[in-house]
Amino acid sequence: MPQFEPVLLANIHKPDSHTRKAYEASGGYSALKKILKEKTPAEMIDLVKASGLRGRGGAGFPCGLKWSFLPKNHPGPIYMCVNADESEPATFNNRILMELDPHQVIEGTIMACYATQASTAYIYLRIEYPTCYRRLEAAIAECYDAGYLGKNILGSGFSLDIFVHRGAAAYICGEETGLIESLEGKRAWPRIKPPFPAVEGVFRKPTVVNNVETMACVTHIAARGSDWFKSIGVPADPNNPRDAGSYGPKLYCLSGHVNKPGCYEQPLGITCRQLIDEFGGGVWKGRKAKAAVPGGISMGLLTAAELDTPLDFNALGKVGCLGLGTAAVTVMDDTTSMIDFLHNTCRFFSHESCGQCTPCREGTHWALAMMERIKAGKGRVKDLDLLLEIGDTIGIIPGSTICGLSDGAAWPIKNAIRKFRQEFEDYIKTTNPTGYMVTEAVPALVPLSVH
Amino acid sequence: MASWFVFLTQRALRFRRGRREDHTLVSRCCKGNAKNKKLCCMATVLVDGKEIVLPDGQKLNGIQVARLAGTDIPHYCWHPGLTVVASCRMCLCETGTRDPATGKVTMLPKLVPACQTPATDNTVFVTDSEKIRNARAMVEEDLLIDHPIDCPICDKAGECLLQDYHFEHGRDQRRADIRPFTSRRREMGDTVTLFVDRCVMCTRCVRFTREISGDAELMVINRGAHEEIDVFPGYPLDNKLSGNVVDLCPVGALGDKDFLYQQRVWFMKKHAGVCAGCSTGCSITIEENQDRVYRLKPRENPEINQWWMCDEGRYGYHHVHAEGRQTEPRRIVAGERVNVEWSAIPRELNKQLREAGRIAVAISPHLTVEEAYLLAAYARSIDADALLALGPVPVIGEDEKFKNGFTIHAEKCPNRRGVEEVLKHFTGGVMSFGDFANEVASGQVGSMWLSGGNKKSDWIDAATTEKLTAAKVIVVQDLFTSPAWEAATWQLPGAAFAEREGSYVNHANHVQSFTWAVRPPVGVWTEGQLLWRLLNRPGLYKARPVMQEIATTIDYFAAAAEEVPPTGVKLIAKKQIPASV
Repeated sequence: MPQFEPVLLANIHKPDSHTRKAYEASGGYSALKKILKEKTPAEMIDLVKASGLRGRGGAGFPCGLKWSFLPKNHPGPIYMCVNADESEPATFNNRILMELDPHQVIEGTIMACYATQASTAYIYLRIEYPTCYRRLEAAIAECYDAGYLGKNILGSGFSLDIFVHRGAAAYICGEETGLIESLEGKRAWPRIKPPFPAVEGVFRKPTVVNNVETMACVTHIAARGSDWFKSIGVPADPNNPRDAGSYGPKLYCLSGHVNKPGCYEQPLGITCRQLIDEFGGGVWKGRKAKAAVPGGISMGLLTAAELDTPLDFNALGKVGCLGLGTAAVTVMDDTTSMIDFLHNTCRFFSHESCGQCTPCREGTHWALAMMERIKAGKGRVKDLDLLLEIGDTIGIIPGSTICGLSDGAAWPIKNAIRKFRQEFEDYIKTTNPTGYMVTEAVPALVPLSVH
Repeated sequence: MASWFVFLTQRALRFRRGRREDHTLVSRCCKGNAKNKKLCCMATVLVDGKEIVLPDGQKLNGIQVARLAGTDIPHYCWHPGLTVVASCRMCLCETGTRDPATGKVTMLPKLVPACQTPATDNTVFVTDSEKIRNARAMVEEDLLIDHPIDCPICDKAGECLLQDYHFEHGRDQRRADIRPFTSRRREMGDTVTLFVDRCVMCTRCVRFTREISGDAELMVINRGAHEEIDVFPGYPLDNKLSGNVVDLCPVGALGDKDFLYQQRVWFMKKHAGVCAGCSTGCSITIEENQDRVYRLKPRENPEINQWWMCDEGRYGYHHVHAEGRQTEPRRIVAGERVNVEWSAIPRELNKQLREAGRIAVAISPHLTVEEAYLLAAYARSIDADALLALGPVPVIGEDEKFKNGFTIHAEKCPNRRGVEEVLKHFTGGVMSFGDFANEVASGQVGSMWLSGGNKKSDWIDAATTEKLTAAKVIVVQDLFTSPAWEAATWQLPGAAFAEREGSYVNHANHVQSFTWAVRPPVGVWTEGQLLWRLLNRPGLYKARPVMQEIATTIDYFAAAAEEVPPTGVKLIAKKQIPASV
């Protein structure tokens, strides 16, 4: 593979990279000027469609297609929401973009709004990112000064206002309709779909919700063209009619037991092992990798044998993971206990379940209770089957919940137990030698202290 | 699944063949709305292979259409009067579509909540399959993980959806060895208390306060399994419809303080009644055990109160069993007040009234139409020139309208309209109580009859009573003592609303009939029974034949000639006649 030239992270190491001056010095906002002059909104949508850009937030929905779902010639306002509620554990690529190159995101947002004819955009930012907030606010102010925002942008007749909204950063606020509810000032309980946000979103008006990194990609598609974007990455799998291909550069967040954790920009389709060995400097302390999380903990687990799986939208499904997610790779070395991993994961999802749908609210809580008990040395082998049953029944895929949070809760359970069952059974047998095969009900545990 | 496809397809084809001749109905329904043919035409929906044809333009969801097919889909969070949240996931079912041309059924791979799935043309619902049974068992199991299972001390036991559904759809073993949360109790306001851990988080109560009463006191706090219903500190649940959240609660979480620990629900008998609290005339269920009323609940009536009633009506039954309620009939003989036997009253009272000269009768708006009619007929039978008037109409404050349109009326009596129409029939107009009192005070009247049914004693003041004492014979029939009661020469105890039988006409000319729910205190005759005897009619008093008689003699009541349905009948509103003659 020829040496890949970073695009999204090209400017972050330059001095004052977050200022408009530095951004324009490296050619910033020239794409915006070109698009506003040369392209109609419909042509801009076609450009993004042709590029094959898929949403970077986790679900990987084709971005241009999402925009084209908006009602045509809608008389009222259309809203754009930029999802900067980066709440998936181990994910920090949006933060880097917003802190070190916010103008790249804003330029993409302006063009996305131009394409969708949205006159108001909200950047929904989690409260834990104060630097992002300050830099975004400053960047937006600079844009108003330069006439990139406000009324009649660059004489094109197109007007746009961008507001930064800080949310209290619940995991569920990253779900697009949860985000919309939270933006409206309500409890972030995801809405039932249909209607989809493209038809009825923020303030009951058509709305597009896109990730920060998607916006940054839009900037580069506009600057370099859709063919350039499509030349990077992995084409669609002919055997999978639902795969729309994985094109473009991607920011991979590498963390865990590696020598050099960090955010690396690579084409989609790089394998997990490449990422660890070539960029992460290998597993730390000379140990071997035992498992890796491919894209945020909600996506499941890769075993050491599966590390050669390409990190793209299609391949991860083949090894039983939920998908690429946010491409946040967390590596676990061979000393890591999978029981600890699953316990911590269950705790996270039990804590973050919004509590709207019964199967998710109670299922995640029950799973945590069982993991607590296994950790406490009172586990039984039948608990593993119960955990698997919870994992198989909760989620939007079997249809038992409104949003995908509980799919994210289910996948680590399913993957960890199915791929590391022997370790779980050994742990239970060693810690509970007298009771591990008990199948009848045992006296209940005292309520949990974790929350 | 495959067998289901075949089964559904065959059933569908068979039904279609049988339905050919029905096409006339379809074409008629489209006539007025040809543009909107697709919407207007009757939708055909398949529920478990049973074909249901929905009437013109009716929008139903899966739960409602299954009910038409005779199938109950279990549900907690869905309520026909509230918005859909589809969060309890109890109503999960399988859906698909039928190709109208081929009859081929295509099912969705995943389960969907029936409450959120519209029953459009050619929608297929399957409400019972292995997958669905498993999903229901899962939800039931989940809901019981943290439930304290304190049914023996829970007021809801016996009418609890969690109990019923668990019996029907739950697992026979508890697999979750987690100690349930302890049952904490928290006050929501003066009327409602919350048993925190019994809650299944259906949020019906939260939606009620936001969408119906409009005060939004209730909310959800915390997240995940630690979620609870709560109020903001210092802002308790104190709206005038607060009691409804207890009815809405599918489990025992919200308790009605008025009813708390008073009675097990299975001991109570339910009687369809009409609230007598104001002129809205909400349809209610009166629940009693051994002639004691324990609670009133709203009864669904799309024409009047939908599913709701106000707290004033709900808790306004206590006077029925209140201390001080009059139960002994008394008369004045030679300056002495003496008790009278009920059986002796018709003969002696009749005699005295006939001898006293001109009779004046004030018909209370608390009486039923039938009783008002009998009273007027009786007065006219002893004196063709009898003075008939409307009793005092209590008006307190102003009408109160809530967010969804539910109105509490200022007129705190159930039957002004009915009594007015009876009076118009007999006198051609309606005399107000003020004019009546002046007329009596003028000394032209020999005997006077005040009918009551008032909840309190403040319905008449001493000054008005003074005017009425111009009559020689004063008959007062009421529940409690009042200045008029003290001045009466005949004190006749009357019946409370739960003891009456008959019909009320509400402010919007909607008549509802009901029978008695409890018997009056020992020995007391209701107004209807006494008048029946006074009129010397044969047999026992029954309201229905009287209403039939009224419907044939008074035009206004013509619509009530046949049996009145449980939700009542709209009577034709005639032009208003001036209030006084």
